[in-house]
Amino acid sequence: MLRVAGIPAWGTYRRSGVLTRLAIGAVTLALAILLIVLISLSVGPVSIPVRSVASTLIGFVGIDVSDVSRTHELVIQQIRLPRIIVGAAVGMGLGVAGATMQGLFRNPLADPGIIGVSAGGALGAVIAIATGAAGLFFMALPLAAFSGAMIATLVVYGISTVSGHFSMATLLLAGIAVNAFLGAIVSAIVILLPDNGALREILFWLAGGLDSRAWEHVLMSLLPIIGGIGIAMVMARDLNLLILGDDEARSLGVNVVPVRLLLLAVGAMVTGVAVAVSGTIAFVGLVTPHVLRLLLGPDNRVLIPMSALGGAVFVILADTVARTVIQPAELRVGILTAFVGAPFFILLLIQNRGRGYSL
Amino acid sequence: MTAAVRAASLSVEGLTYTIQGKKLLDNVSLRAGQGELVGVIGPNGAGKSTLLRALAGVIEPSDGDCYLEGRRFVEMPARERARAIALVPQVAPMAHGFTCLELVLMGRYPHMGRFQIEGASDEDIARQAMRLTDTEQFAERTIETLSGGERQRVFIARALAQQPRVLLLDEPTSNLDILHQLRVLGLIREWASNGATAIAAVHDLNMAARHCDFLILLSNGKVISEGMPEDVLTAENVSGAYGVESVIYRDPHTDALALSLIGPSAGFPHRNRVKAP
Repeated sequence: MLRVAGIPAWGTYRRSGVLTRLAIGAVTLALAILLIVLISLSVGPVSIPVRSVASTLIGFVGIDVSDVSRTHELVIQQIRLPRIIVGAAVGMGLGVAGATMQGLFRNPLADPGIIGVSAGGALGAVIAIATGAAGLFFMALPLAAFSGAMIATLVVYGISTVSGHFSMATLLLAGIAVNAFLGAIVSAIVILLPDNGALREILFWLAGGLDSRAWEHVLMSLLPIIGGIGIAMVMARDLNLLILGDDEARSLGVNVVPVRLLLLAVGAMVTGVAVAVSGTIAFVGLVTPHVLRLLLGPDNRVLIPMSALGGAVFVILADTVARTVIQPAELRVGILTAFVGAPFFILLLIQNRGRGYSL
Repeated sequence: MTAAVRAASLSVEGLTYTIQGKKLLDNVSLRAGQGELVGVIGPNGAGKSTLLRALAGVIEPSDGDCYLEGRRFVEMPARERARAIALVPQVAPMAHGFTCLELVLMGRYPHMGRFQIEGASDEDIARQAMRLTDTEQFAERTIETLSGGERQRVFIARALAQQPRVLLLDEPTSNLDILHQLRVLGLIREWASNGATAIAAVHDLNMAARHCDFLILLSNGKVISEGMPEDVLTAENVSGAYGVESVIYRDPHTDALALSLIGPSAGFPHRNRVKAP
C-alpha cells in the first residue's frame, strides 16, 4: 500500500466487508456532494442564500415553497446547476476511467491524461470541430472524441505490451510520446485553420473548463458516462483478477481478452465524452482512485463506484473554487485540479521507488 | 492404486504447444484419476510449467486436447472450468494492496453469481483454507509484507478455497522451509485422497518419490518416462534427463524411494562450465 502522511489511520475502514465499505463510502461521499452542491449553487457573482437554493431545488421536484426571486431561480436553473451536473459527470467519468486504467495497466500511475487517452479524445474533438462534423448531429462531438480516445488507448496499450509482457516504463514513455504527437497535430490544425468560428470554438474548448456549460452538455455527457460506469461496475470483479495477471484471471474463470477490450473501450468512452464537454481536465483520474484506495482498499467493486462519486466531489469542488477565488474573474477548473494533482503525482513517483513498479 | 481403476478425471492427448517456433510441449499425453497425486518432474525448461498452464486452461495448446471428466476444455465456459480446476502459480503475483484474506476469497469468485458478493460461508471456506496452510494469521496483511514462502502458502490457500476437483501446483514447495514442505505436500496428498486429483510440478526428486502416486518425467517437452516412482526414478532416466549420476535406494527411515546425487554425468553436454581464472 501507498502511504500519505496523515491518512493511514483512516485505512482501518478497508478491513471491513465489501458491502460495509460501499455503504460507508457512498453515504459519506453523497453527503459531501450534497454539501458542495448547495455551497456551489449559492456562491458566485450573484450570491444566493443557501435557504433560497434549497427552496429552488425543492421547487424543481414540484413542491412549491417558493419565496425565491425569479433572478435567483434563473441563475440556479440556467447557469449554475447545469454547470455543476456537467462537472459531476466529467468527474465521475474521469474517476472511473482512472480506476479502470490503473487496474488494466496494473499500475497506480495510469491516468487518462498521462497515458494519452485524453489527448486522443481532444484530437478527435478538434478534427470534428474543424471539419464541421461536430454539427452534423447531436452526439457527433462526443462520438469523435470517443473514437480518438479509443485509438490512442489501443496504440499506447499496443506499444507498452509489445515485448509480450506489460512494461510500466514503456507505458509512461509511450504516454509522453503519444501526448506530444497528438498535441503537435492539434497545434498544426489550429495554425492552419482560417480565422473563423470553428477556430474560436476550438481555442475556447482547448483551454478546458466548465464555463458556460448548459443543459445540452448535460444531455450529451450524463447518460453515456453513467452507462460506462455501470459496465465498469459489472466487470469490477474481473478487473480484480486482471490486476493479478492474465494467468491468474484465466485460471479463475475470466475471458481475459474480451473483458480487457470491453474495459479499455469503457475507459476510452467515458474519457472521450468527458473531454468532449469540458476539454482536458488533468489529474482527476489519477488522484481520485488513489485517495479512495488508501481509505477503502483496492477492491474494484468498491473502488469503481466510489471513484465515480469521489471524482464528482473533486471536480465540483475544484470548479467552485476556480470560479470564485479571484472574483470577478474566473480560473479554469483544470488549473485547480493540476495544482493539486501534479504535486500528488510527484509524491507517488517518489513513494513508489523500489516497490516494483517504479521506473 | 492400480492402473485398472484409474478413472481419468483430467487427461490430455497429443498435447503440443509451440511459441515463436519453439516446441515447449511435444505430443504429451497423460491421464490423472480421482484420488491421485501425480508428480511432473524434469530439468529446467522441460515444459513442466507449460504443461500445468495448459492443464489449467490458461494457455491454448497448438495441437491436442485437454479433457475434464471426459469433456473437452474448449466446450466448457471459463467459469465452469474454474470451479473444477485450480492452479497455484510458481511465483506469487504482485497483488497491489489486496489483503491475504481478500486474495483467498478470490478463490470463491467462480462459485459466485456476477452480482453476488462473498458471504459468511465463503469467508468460512477461505479461513478454513488459510488454517490448513498455516496462513490465517496473515489474513489482514497485504501480501507484499510476506516472505516468498508465506506468499506461496497464501496462494495454495486460495486454490483450496476454490474447492477444485483438480488441483494443479507449479512447484508448490520451492520457497518453503522443510516443515512447511512436509505439511503442504501432506495437505495435497490428503486433498487428493479425499477424492480430488492433484498434479504438481516438483523439483525435489526425493519429495516427488516420497509423496506422489505416479510420476511423469519430461525432457525437452516430451514425456520420456511415466509410471510408479520406482519405474520412473531410475539411475538411467535421471542421467538421461538431467545429466546427473545418482544412486537410487529405499530409505530405511521413511520407507520411500530416495536419491543420492553423485555428480554431473560424464559426456553430458553441460552448457556452462566454469573456467578457473
